[in-house]
Amino acid sequence: MSHNAFITEERIEGDADGALAGRTVAVKDNISTAGLRTTCGSTTLEEYVPPYDATVVERLKAAGATIVGKTNMDEFGMGTTTETSAFGPVENPAAEGRVPGGSSGGSAAAVAAGEADLALGSDTGGSVRCPAAFCGVVGIKPTYGLVSRYGLVAYANSLEQIGPLAPTVEEAAELLEVLAGSDPNDATTREPPADAETDYAAAADGDVSGLTIGVPTELLEGADDGVRAIFEDALAELEMKGATTTAVSLPSVEAAVQAYYVIAMSEASSNLARFDGVRYGRSGEGEDDGNWNESFAAARDVGFGEEVKRRVLLGTYALSAGYHDKYYKKAQDARAWVKQDFDSAFESVDVLASPTMPVPPFERGESLDDPLQMYLADANTVPINLANLPAISVPAGETDEGPVGLQLVGPAFGEATIIRAGSALS
Amino acid sequence: MTAQTAEQRDLTAVIGLEVHVQLETETKIFCGCSTQPDDDEEPNTRTCPVCLGLPGALPVLNEGAVEAAVKVGKALGSEIPEETRFHRKNYYYPDLPKNFQITQYDAPICDSGEIEFGVDGDRRTVEIERAHLEEDPGSLSHAGGSIDTAEYTLIDYNRAGTPLMEIVTAPDFRSAAEARAFLAKLTEVLEYLGVFDVTRNGSLRVDANLSIVDAAEVDEGGGIDEETLESANRTEVKNISSHKGAEKALAYEETRQKNAIQRGREVEQETRHWDESRGITVSMRSKEEEKDYRYFREADLPPLRVSGWKEEIEIPELPDARRERFREEYGLDAESASKLTSTKQVADFYERIAEKFDSGLAATWVADNLLGELHYRDMAITDVTDRLGEFTRLVELVDTGEITVKNAEEVVLRRMLDDRLDPETVVESEGLGKTDDDAVAAAVSDAIEENPDAVEDYHAGEDGALNFLVGQVMAETGGSADPGTVNELLRERLEG
Repeated sequence: MSHNAFITEERIEGDADGALAGRTVAVKDNISTAGLRTTCGSTTLEEYVPPYDATVVERLKAAGATIVGKTNMDEFGMGTTTETSAFGPVENPAAEGRVPGGSSGGSAAAVAAGEADLALGSDTGGSVRCPAAFCGVVGIKPTYGLVSRYGLVAYANSLEQIGPLAPTVEEAAELLEVLAGSDPNDATTREPPADAETDYAAAADGDVSGLTIGVPTELLEGADDGVRAIFEDALAELEMKGATTTAVSLPSVEAAVQAYYVIAMSEASSNLARFDGVRYGRSGEGEDDGNWNESFAAARDVGFGEEVKRRVLLGTYALSAGYHDKYYKKAQDARAWVKQDFDSAFESVDVLASPTMPVPPFERGESLDDPLQMYLADANTVPINLANLPAISVPAGETDEGPVGLQLVGPAFGEATIIRAGSALS
Repeated sequence: MTAQTAEQRDLTAVIGLEVHVQLETETKIFCGCSTQPDDDEEPNTRTCPVCLGLPGALPVLNEGAVEAAVKVGKALGSEIPEETRFHRKNYYYPDLPKNFQITQYDAPICDSGEIEFGVDGDRRTVEIERAHLEEDPGSLSHAGGSIDTAEYTLIDYNRAGTPLMEIVTAPDFRSAAEARAFLAKLTEVLEYLGVFDVTRNGSLRVDANLSIVDAAEVDEGGGIDEETLESANRTEVKNISSHKGAEKALAYEETRQKNAIQRGREVEQETRHWDESRGITVSMRSKEEEKDYRYFREADLPPLRVSGWKEEIEIPELPDARRERFREEYGLDAESASKLTSTKQVADFYERIAEKFDSGLAATWVADNLLGELHYRDMAITDVTDRLGEFTRLVELVDTGEITVKNAEEVVLRRMLDDRLDPETVVESEGLGKTDDDAVAAAVSDAIEENPDAVEDYHAGEDGALNFLVGQVMAETGGSADPGTVNELLRERLEG
């Protein structure tokens, strides 16, 4: 059964052996593949074929993986449902009639449906964790700088990371091991500190005895009753296995959604500026009086969908003279506050836990008319991107409306810790 | 104000410059592509995903560009902050692959500084406000005419990503001539640092701000208060690409603005384009259309810490210091010292010659003879730096008396340059080896025998007579005799 998880299906064989030999991997369609079109779910890039491989794609090939195609996604990663794709919506294999989450909805659906063993997504404000939660699979958003972004078509470059999706924590960890590591082509990559545990697959041992789990009260406030019940059952299971839980407060997260959207949209307005019809997308139609700006505007009008236009316009506004201090600068201040809040929390706990999404999967079409409601659904995931921290979403159970994910957040380069904690739930 | 009273006003120009120079580095500022064009290269071939701005490509800062920038900062006496950052300057233009330019904004690599230069015999010091690194856009060619009339425009990204340094001065210039002299000095310093090549096409681009104020507003130290500057409408003149162009454009703009004011009209605050071929500035856009560049931090490039590293970056002796040293060390006069330090290559060339010969002889040969002949041929020292050995042998031939100074200057050096011959080949083919003593003696005898009148005049005490006889001998020996020796021989024979 097809779930429209792929925009382009194509097999690319990797090296003969390696850590991922014999495994199939689906790659989100905003990650560059040499010779294979990379659309970002947008009409603008419908025919764009990159001449180079993203670093993560090179690493997949070198590890012996077989790439099976490019997965469907919200246009340029802008969405929480994969409904903003120019290539049609994706069915949630785990919840019929409901969205798979987004923006890496195709990657999560491919894994959930068994159309690929593993998948790559990208997470700017929850785009790996949300679809992992909605489709009942595992997704990891790594520490900013752990995985190279070279070849990832930027939406909001100060926030995003490429991350693995897999049926189990251990498999996600194995894939992360292949992806991680600094890259001379991405100046923002960093090697983990010398004392950091980087044998991620081995960390998936389910041993949580002595682990302190902080539960930020602010991240439970907006949660659905059904989601909350499943979250509390999951915490109880972890406690039974030897972890202790404690309530913590992260007052800054109240400002996180606003700050996140201002920063993400601002960066997007600049990152997407190159798609002006000259080298990508359709040339603007209509009066050609030789005015470049008119022609660029016309190209962008036909090349971008509504959500992309909304975010580019708002981001342009937030950076404009006279508004920069009120919006962009204020959002940066809030970001610094969020980072600081997480830093203090990790002085007393090992990991933080929350529902990944405060709600179960939306019904198809439900959120499209109300962008604000969709933005608010990101409340639990965006603070982690603002703070550059690692987080994992693991399946915690199901309501009548679909799967629910548990999010575990670690300190910078604490991937092994959240993998260990996540692997205790199964 | 009426036209009559307006004419009484004594007006002064206030000029500030933004100078963009291409830094000489092996590779582009954010990728590994070469900065050096190949001969006859095709458009868009010296490119990669990064300098083409392909989706997903990321910039990585070239340390060579940072080093060059630090050298510039040291030469300008700038403060080089511990940490420097990059920003995006957002605007839509087809030569800009990403529709934003990576540049520096609130934390430039060089803060403040100054340059001293001479103009019309005076020394002037101009304050540098800042100097920062940025990437060069690609280049456009408008098929079938100018930007307004072209049917279509072609884009070449080979140049995209060449490291640029933008050097911003305070509005310290009061005339177009000062601006030109400053540019000459600035490019001289940059060439000395080895970070700039003036001969490279498009390596220098200048934007100039010019406004007009009442001369009475200028205080004794040449300063003008902020309020006066703010209240004067100024124009920004773009598309200046040479020292001479800067002087012409600014002189034009100064006259244009003064005329407007003298006629009681307001100068419009706007951006103007210098049209080199027509020698005028034309309006590009008015203040209302000024762009909002929406600067913000470039998150793809982490802040760069240059503290520690910057101490290890050394700069060579700069022109002023070298000029002074040449006067002291080699005993040169001001003019020779100035000529010989006009570029680093000339100064290096001279010092190599001066190692082997008398410093005065070396100065005559390099400053007067060589530079003179090169200039006449529209050549530069860089055209002959690989022939230092040949030139050394030429000076040696003169120094040891093997050929005459006259022949060396007028025949050997010229043919060396025109025909790319080595000095020995010229001497041989022209038969310039000094004539042996017997031949000279024979020619002297002939001259005395054949010119009895001149001999008589000599004895009568006429000064011209000896010179006439020397001339006869020189003619007979084809110029290869040493005039001093001839002179001496003639005297001996005539007195004896």
